[in-house]
Amino acid sequence: MEEEDTRDYSEPCVQCSVVNWGLTDEGRFYCKSCHNVIERTKEVLTSDVIPNTKIQSISRGFRKRKKIDKGWEWYVCEGFQYILKKQAEALQTLGVCPQMKDEILCNFWRLYLQKSKQAYCTTPASYTSKALSISDVSTDVDSEPERISIHGLSSFSESDGDLQTESSFGHVSSIGKASARETTSVCSGSIDGDSYLLKRKKGNLRMSMPMTLSFCYIALLWLREPVTLSDLLRFVIDGHIPYLNAFQYFPEEMKLYGADLKIFRVESWPVYEDVHNKMSELSAFLDLPCFPAITDSCFLHPNILCIKYLMEANLPDELHNWTCRVVKKINVGETDFLTLDPVNKSARKVKYDVLAAAIIIVVLKLLFLLDDQYEWLHANFAGKRNQKNKEGCQWFDFKKWYKVIKKSVDVEQKKLDEERARCMWKCEKPLFYSAKEKSVVLKKRQMVVNLQRQFGTLSGSTQVAEKQSPSSFQLNWAEENTDGNCFHGHILEGVLQEKGNSLTTMNTKYWLCSVKLCNEKICGHLTHYKESDFPQTYQFVLNLFSFLLRVPASLIHEEVCLIEHKLFKTKLHRK
Amino acid sequence: MDSFVEQLKRGTEEEFTEESAWDGSAVNTASSSLSAIYLPLLPRYLRHPTTRGRKATEFQETKKACLNYIQDALLQHQWQRAAEFMTNYLETLENTSAEKRMAAPEVIWRIGTEILCHHSKSTIEEFNYFAERMKNLGVKRYLKVCLEHVFHLLCNGLIDEAYQNLSLAEGWRYGEQTTAQDKELKLIQAYKGLLDYYNWAKKRKAMLELDGNFADSVEQEMHSFFRQAAVNLKEIIKIPGVWDPFVKCYVDLLEFYEDYDEVRQVLSEYAYNSKFPPNPNAHVYYYQFLKRQGESKKTLMSVLKILHEIVPSHELMLEYNAMLQKSKKRENHRLGLEIIFTLLDFAGWKEHVKAWSCLAKQIKQILENSGKHLDWVTEEWNSRKDWWPAFHFSHYLAKRNWQENESLACEKALVAGILLGKDCKYFKYVSHQGCKAKKEKFQTMKKFVKKHSSAHLRASGVLDSCTHL
Repeated sequence: MEEEDTRDYSEPCVQCSVVNWGLTDEGRFYCKSCHNVIERTKEVLTSDVIPNTKIQSISRGFRKRKKIDKGWEWYVCEGFQYILKKQAEALQTLGVCPQMKDEILCNFWRLYLQKSKQAYCTTPASYTSKALSISDVSTDVDSEPERISIHGLSSFSESDGDLQTESSFGHVSSIGKASARETTSVCSGSIDGDSYLLKRKKGNLRMSMPMTLSFCYIALLWLREPVTLSDLLRFVIDGHIPYLNAFQYFPEEMKLYGADLKIFRVESWPVYEDVHNKMSELSAFLDLPCFPAITDSCFLHPNILCIKYLMEANLPDELHNWTCRVVKKINVGETDFLTLDPVNKSARKVKYDVLAAAIIIVVLKLLFLLDDQYEWLHANFAGKRNQKNKEGCQWFDFKKWYKVIKKSVDVEQKKLDEERARCMWKCEKPLFYSAKEKSVVLKKRQMVVNLQRQFGTLSGSTQVAEKQSPSSFQLNWAEENTDGNCFHGHILEGVLQEKGNSLTTMNTKYWLCSVKLCNEKICGHLTHYKESDFPQTYQFVLNLFSFLLRVPASLIHEEVCLIEHKLFKTKLHRK
Repeated sequence: MDSFVEQLKRGTEEEFTEESAWDGSAVNTASSSLSAIYLPLLPRYLRHPTTRGRKATEFQETKKACLNYIQDALLQHQWQRAAEFMTNYLETLENTSAEKRMAAPEVIWRIGTEILCHHSKSTIEEFNYFAERMKNLGVKRYLKVCLEHVFHLLCNGLIDEAYQNLSLAEGWRYGEQTTAQDKELKLIQAYKGLLDYYNWAKKRKAMLELDGNFADSVEQEMHSFFRQAAVNLKEIIKIPGVWDPFVKCYVDLLEFYEDYDEVRQVLSEYAYNSKFPPNPNAHVYYYQFLKRQGESKKTLMSVLKILHEIVPSHELMLEYNAMLQKSKKRENHRLGLEIIFTLLDFAGWKEHVKAWSCLAKQIKQILENSGKHLDWVTEEWNSRKDWWPAFHFSHYLAKRNWQENESLACEKALVAGILLGKDCKYFKYVSHQGCKAKKEKFQTMKKFVKKHSSAHLRASGVLDSCTHL
């Protein structure tokens, strides 16, 4: 076995000029006559799931401690892999289908490593600049107790951590660089931490904390799971999915210093647009095929999402008829439009949740105009009629709806604001830039913990209440509620009239949110939302959905403008 | 000065001509002399306005919001709620922004102290624990925190603990920080001196109660307290500032040991050294000391004269007035009248019977003295005739004064009658009520006023001629 492996190498030893090579337990070459160990390591050729790819092993498998305090040698991508694994597990406990982790996300991740040339390739581009020699010699895998696979690089499931069973992930990906230990920077705990921040080649996507969520979302989208991006981000902020201080799940020996802090420390919540953009960039970067089609039976289809948001906004079910009509008219219900196809760059990447909310707003504008006049006039009328006619179906009274919603959203908003202010950002495991800072940081952490305990007892804090189980609904309006605060069953009498065979709106006017859209490439946005330019009712509805989706009102406004322009395309052009 | 004004005038004229050049025919010549404007570079990313500026991290923002909640809770005395948010705010000590991290300990210290001072569940042990943490948190505030801690202990009557803490703080050494906090150290020592004085006073009391044998040892202890206190108190008094409690204690110590020269020196320095901030109490202490020493009226009056200049409404002014009245000099009488008038300008004296009776007595004296110095009254009245009637002599006040304090009403009525004439509302109301109650003194008062109403006429005549001038 040993002879086989060393046969091909016939260079004389530098020290004694004898050609008599053997393999160490770690798989490195050594001269049998003078016991000089050289950089060369064993090479292995294996087939992988990705055909025609020669897999390479990195010698970072030798997890010798650099110094007692420094812990293992590890790469930034390993850190992210760890976090992704945790996130996938959390999503699974939330009920996402079990394929997600080991089949979908895992494969996407491997594809990413390969495309970004961090692993699964012959020449890991990112390291060539530093590497002294890249040897195509494999290590003797079985003899390494601490190899990467334990930490899940081979697969996210720890159960099949053994190499032999790595059918899903193939062989250990590796970056061959025996000299890693020598070139390891002292400026970061990870091997490539500081260089990771520096280099950014064109067309290369760098991992970041928001990117982990883009990965999660892309996997969810592939599976057509009933989770929107706004839901995902909400779960993250509410702590159901590891994100803040995710590094605390790293093994003890993976130390973070210096540049690693910039990569893994989270001081802001993920931003919807940011994660969404990264997601579409990622789908293109990975060269993914067209995603599974989103048909009208999928949760992400606007017709279904509209039902959800109509319920959550406590609006009459009857409005759904109208949202469907708008969807049909502007062709946003088509599978082609909704399905993500990374190849088609020009196609807009759909924000399903924002689209559905915007459709509802457009429908409200069609029916109630939302110009601070018409809706109140109608509300007075409906209110009077409802008083006279207490039996039977109630007409939808916009004023009453406004009062109910405003009250409960204000309460919830206040709660949310307080909760945000209470957010704890730091974890047990403090981060420090360098070993020099360690004692100071640890001392401060201890101080904070002590003081927290003191004020905790003062506040009689039983407030460490159990985490509320996540729900896709933030507001609930139970139908059986007898206090008359549920509007789901109310009818749209008074705003509609029969014309021929179909119902049309009483109101014959409409106002556009914007007459002309901006050029996204130049302005950065299609529209520029300035609150004070718009009627109060419109602002209110916008803010309601902004609260429900936890995205800025301007994002929904932009979508509203876009829908309007599609809806009135013919009329606008005729002008 | 003149040349400056001229320069200024010339400057504006030049400006004016320049301005007029813009709308005149001179435009062409002006623009031809203008050099082209050089626009700054415009980086690509600034070509279009972006909505995303450089924002503070959410960590910073939530901590800021948290601080706002704490402040609201503090303002509304919701200590429990403040403590709740405090647990979440403490993380700001680990702020990633160095600037904020530096500022955090002080904020935590101040808010934490406030909460612990008021929270119902807070105990002195809790407070001690917190204070110790805070001392650890920043050497830059070490002595300030110590001092604050000591105050809290003193407020809770824990004098021994406070003394211990002061001794510890006094011995604190931390390189340059010790010299940087020199002022605080002086204060620490001064408060230690104050507590030494407190112990000294206790011993003094004990000694006076005890007889012979025991008293000796007590006296010795007392004396050692005296020395410790005197050294520290003397030190702080040297620094310009307001040191009333220290000065009082120091004076008490010295007077007990009959070191009057030192007291005189300390107090006159405290009152008259211009480096010290103006402090009415300094003059009061000096005056009281001189009075105890039985100094001459002249010296005493000179002290009060300065006090009058600083605080014309001081309660010692009545005493000053009395002294001036007793003096033989005419100008002193006049000054007395002025002082009493000024005193009554202040709302705090509005219902002071003694002040009013003083004024009434003095005016009466002047009138009875054949009105020789009536012009003094007129002059004082002159500046007050616009507002005193509404301020002192309204119908409403007459009613209220009569109900609440008859003698006050009586004195005021007399003054009002003389100054405003017998038809004034205040006098009319009070005398009417008085006559109804059939009180004799009102009859005499009425007579007096009627008799001197001519004086009033004369006075008003003087006033009229004044206004006509």
